[in-house]
Amino acid sequence: MTTNHNRLTIHEAHKLLKSKELSSVELTKATLERIHNLEPKVHAFTTITDELALRQAQKADEFIAAGNSNPLTGIPVLVKDNMCTKGILTTCSSKMLENFVPPYDATVVERLNGRGAVIIGKSNMDEFAMGSSTENSALFTTHNPWELSRVPGGSSGGSAAAVAAGEAIYALGSDTGGSIRQPAGFCSVTGLKPTYGRVSRYGLVAFASSLDQIGPLTQDVTDCALVLNAIAGYDTRDSTSAPQPTPDYTQCLTADIKGLKIGVPKEYFVEGIQPEVAAAIRAAITRLEELGASIEWEVSLAHTPYALAVYYIIAPSEASANLARYDGVKYGFSYSDTKNMWQAMEKTREHGFGAEVKRRIMLGTYALSAGYYDAWYLKAQKVRTLIRREFDQAFTKYDALITPTSPTVPFKIGEKMDDPLQMYLSDVCTIPVNIAGLPAISIPAGFADGLPIGMQIIGKPFAEETILKIAYAFQQATDWHMRKPNI
Amino acid sequence: MKLSREEVLHITRLARLGLTEAEVDRLSEQLSNILEHFEVLQQADTTDVPPTAQSIDLLNVLKGDEVAASLPQSQVLVNAPRREGDFFRVRAVLE
Repeated sequence: MTTNHNRLTIHEAHKLLKSKELSSVELTKATLERIHNLEPKVHAFTTITDELALRQAQKADEFIAAGNSNPLTGIPVLVKDNMCTKGILTTCSSKMLENFVPPYDATVVERLNGRGAVIIGKSNMDEFAMGSSTENSALFTTHNPWELSRVPGGSSGGSAAAVAAGEAIYALGSDTGGSIRQPAGFCSVTGLKPTYGRVSRYGLVAFASSLDQIGPLTQDVTDCALVLNAIAGYDTRDSTSAPQPTPDYTQCLTADIKGLKIGVPKEYFVEGIQPEVAAAIRAAITRLEELGASIEWEVSLAHTPYALAVYYIIAPSEASANLARYDGVKYGFSYSDTKNMWQAMEKTREHGFGAEVKRRIMLGTYALSAGYYDAWYLKAQKVRTLIRREFDQAFTKYDALITPTSPTVPFKIGEKMDDPLQMYLSDVCTIPVNIAGLPAISIPAGFADGLPIGMQIIGKPFAEETILKIAYAFQQATDWHMRKPNI
Repeated sequence: MKLSREEVLHITRLARLGLTEAEVDRLSEQLSNILEHFEVLQQADTTDVPPTAQSIDLLNVLKGDEVAASLPQSQVLVNAPRREGDFFRVRAVLE
């Protein structure tokens, strides 16, 4: 009986909990058992919080008994290890923070706790969310449950792999250039990056502040809407948090997409795309056409080829400023074998940061430095305007745009580690969305030789409902999201 | 776009980032490659285009100057690598 519980969605588990056919303690125990069985293969967790989870589950059961439950009460969740959890290690998968226990909760964690969620652990990631495979984790690499020799994507690779493997019913991730959507695509789960500002970043360890956004990784679109309901909304503690009111995101899940206009930008189907991926996405779009959407197959977003360069100038520039705080004085790793202040700082950062983090600090510092600022950083910000305008223009004609989430299926562990530029290119379809601050969702859309293919649906700012509706309609008509890895 | 060893060392000082000799060599090659690829940016016509610093057009976000609870000092200092009483202990700035 217990093993079946690991494949429940949030909405299925909620029904069973509410009708008392299942208790949160039973569900949590089943999940923890599966985690301990699978972790030697998957390596998705940096911390497993057995005791806390069982305590929270017990409380949730009391809550439910008193008739106070809501859709997330008593349901196990995994939190990416760059979100502060009071009293629980928050490592960012970095040596710099390997012993860091935050004295406060991130807003998203506070909101989950307030709804009686059960936190089962923290998930592995690329160090400071910089990477596309979890191979940049200073702790270990997470393996893709669909084929263990392949990467789960990144940087929220631990979150995506755990949801795919049934080690978590859902998870939170963060997305700066594709870090929710790309691993969601690689692991065949549903992953949403909300509009910039929709979800509070308070307590999220900062990477690139004009791009970072928190969102859910779930087993289907209904769950995605339920989690968004809990975490979205204004927060005074994040000055970039959006004041727009939040709707009930489950209200848009009607599967009626007749008359919706969808554009397919041709620049996402060129150079470097695996033919099986292009074919699967075209087939998925055709399915949406059969469901009543009107498709324009030849939309052009001509500035797309600049997006990668814009991103890899702006994100490292912001990161170089954000990561200046790791000086060995206030918290985190501190090199102690010197009396000289500057040397202590340099040595702290030399030993505390891994190769990719150093590469990005260097790249960003260079782009911001005297003599290079105008040619690199300012130029990238101007091209960022052009990319935004082009999306704005497209959204005067279309309700949504559809692209592959990644140009390829998951690659082999080790395959791209010696060539940073090749690694950067695996985010080429997701990056433009962050540059423009748009919402986008990745949903399962097929397989090539047993490896997952993700479809990305991009919406107008704050039009999460439109993309959720399209994704929901697709999942009502297909079963890609129901397929689970044999692990 | 070729980044010399000297330029890499200059950036490490700006970033207060210690690097080994091998890292300096590797980074000057990798950063040169990456920047060469990004030179494509110079082809974009940005005449009269203003820069974008953030994507939602919030301006002058203000909030009331109200007293509210914050973390107690003991909690703020809990992760300090070195502390003395209620202070972070730092190394001497002037020798």
